[in-house]
Amino acid sequence: MANAHTHAIVHVHGASGIQPRLDLARIALYAVLFACAVVFLMPVYVMVVNSFKPLDEIRSGNLMSLPIDWTVAPWLSAWSTAQIGVEPTGLRPFFINSFLLVIPAVVLSTLIGALNGYILTQFKFRGANLMFAAMLFSVFIPFQIVLIPMAKTLGFLGLAGTVKGLIFVNTVYGIGFTTLFFRNYYAAFPAELIRSARMDGAGFFGVMLRILLPNSTPIIVVTVIWQFTNIWNEFLFGASFSDFSSYPLTVALNNLVNSSTGVKEYNVHFAGAFIAALPTLIVYMVSGKYFVRGLMAGSVKG
Amino acid sequence: MASLDLVNVQKSFGPVKILHDISIGLKDGEFLVLVGPSGCGKSTLMNIIAGLEEPSGGSLTLEGRDITTVAPAERNISMVFQSYALYPNMTVAKNIEFPLEMRKVEKSKRAERVKSVSKLLQIEHLLERKPRQLSGGQRQRVAIGRALAREPQLYLFDEPLSNLDAQLRVDMRTEIKKLHQRLKATIVYVTHDQIEAMTLATRIAVMKGGVLQQLGTPHEVYNRPANTFVASFMGSPRMNLVKARVAAHGDGLALTIQQGSAAAVHIDLPRDAVPAALARYSGEELIAGIRAEAVTLATEGMVAGPMQRFVDARIEVIEPTGADTLVVLDLGGHEFTVRLDPDLALTPGQNARFLVDLSKLVCFDPKTESLIA
Repeated sequence: MANAHTHAIVHVHGASGIQPRLDLARIALYAVLFACAVVFLMPVYVMVVNSFKPLDEIRSGNLMSLPIDWTVAPWLSAWSTAQIGVEPTGLRPFFINSFLLVIPAVVLSTLIGALNGYILTQFKFRGANLMFAAMLFSVFIPFQIVLIPMAKTLGFLGLAGTVKGLIFVNTVYGIGFTTLFFRNYYAAFPAELIRSARMDGAGFFGVMLRILLPNSTPIIVVTVIWQFTNIWNEFLFGASFSDFSSYPLTVALNNLVNSSTGVKEYNVHFAGAFIAALPTLIVYMVSGKYFVRGLMAGSVKG
Repeated sequence: MASLDLVNVQKSFGPVKILHDISIGLKDGEFLVLVGPSGCGKSTLMNIIAGLEEPSGGSLTLEGRDITTVAPAERNISMVFQSYALYPNMTVAKNIEFPLEMRKVEKSKRAERVKSVSKLLQIEHLLERKPRQLSGGQRQRVAIGRALAREPQLYLFDEPLSNLDAQLRVDMRTEIKKLHQRLKATIVYVTHDQIEAMTLATRIAVMKGGVLQQLGTPHEVYNRPANTFVASFMGSPRMNLVKARVAAHGDGLALTIQQGSAAAVHIDLPRDAVPAALARYSGEELIAGIRAEAVTLATEGMVAGPMQRFVDARIEVIEPTGADTLVVLDLGGHEFTVRLDPDLALTPGQNARFLVDLSKLVCFDPKTESLIA
């Protein structure tokens, strides 16, 4: 819309001969955008170039320069041989841990969010709005507040220090967001489709599985990206509720960078950080356009 | 197919009454049209029949089975929705098959039903398409196909034509009528379009403000409207309703139509044309209703039949529609629309003599506005 607006101005003023000034404005605009892009991309650039340098080159030289002697050794080290705890395991086992955590947690929280959204919009029971408000409120609770009660709960459930425990925590704290997403999406869902399915003989889960979910692609994409990114990057719960065997990648990365033994291997740290960031980057690149579209679709009505 | 009985069906939301004691008995194979202005409760009534809303009182019986509290899926009723409500993620074939699949009908039998239904509605070439690839009329057919697929006891149509353009609407109307004649199905059809109601129905239920105004055949509703609302709602142009004074005239009665300073128009009434109850209004006012087509232009030397009377009136406006010409008259100070032949040479402002067919006259009580029978 902004684009169309600008075009209209260019058209009107262009006829009266003020074109050059607008071109200047356009150049200034692009200059600002370019500067912002440089600022945002600089850390990525620094990470990437330095992760391909031998350690000597980093210590002696310029952080900004390209590697003279290209090497993938820091990446290999970060992946499989770097010292995380007592063992030189690299990030690999923790990368696997993170996947074992993130996939069930994303699937569960998305499905529960969809179920909640379905119930909150299609069954106008007493207190539905209050229930929704309470779920929405959970979004605003700082995680630090729940650390101790959650530790107690995990202990009670026998899930303390396990990946399962982390799945539980992240699922529970994801439900607020996923419910919000799905409720708003389903509030704008054509009611006649659901009525029709009910008359055609679809039951509670029939309506959800055959009608609602197959027509929820945009909001499912949004929810999956959102939950994947959050859970993948989550550190506090990981640091609090896991032990060495169940560390997620974020905690392992922290241990890698903070390990006090020996020299600081910056190139390995950079490579490790990039490995940790890669899955979310890929998820964004593959489905970024759905993300924006889905956020809009869900937010129109609510 | 089946009979449907609604007994004292009511619906209220808190203190607001949406439906007041609606009772309708529908025989096997009838085509009932619920018609009325928006907000009259016709859609609520349909949703109650479908089971999508619960009535606050009363009962529903389908072919002798009490379905008042039965779930929509168990009622053996299918419905065609205004928005068609085709499942966007499924192909046309899957859409038609869906109700059968939900009822766990055998796969070979489902395929057979899809085939026969699509053949009946001429949508065989569309079976593999998704709903978004169809035009409005095609979607409509698919929606009807899905309703037909499971051969229910009762069909519900919720304003199925209102999303179509004018030409297509007329075509689909004819198709629905044909379908009804072929299937001999029991149908309840909701519309706000009185022409749809007249053309399709075997019986019409006219509703207003949650109250059933009249239940009758199209002929009854059109010619013997139960009250002034029905009289003016059904038919286009609407029925002329004019205030008239009743007086004794010879051994019968006569109507005097006069408003303001306009010259009075007297019509003496043939005894067969009016109900005996009219005598009670002698010396009082009532509302006289005459359809536009009950009036014709009188020609030179014409003799009025036993049920016909001449009146004189001034022509105010002439509106040719092609098939016929609507002429607005000044009749005793009232605007009065008549439907005349299209080829008559008339000019606005001209005085002319008209012949009124009083066998079509209906009279309404001025206070209750209901038919004096």
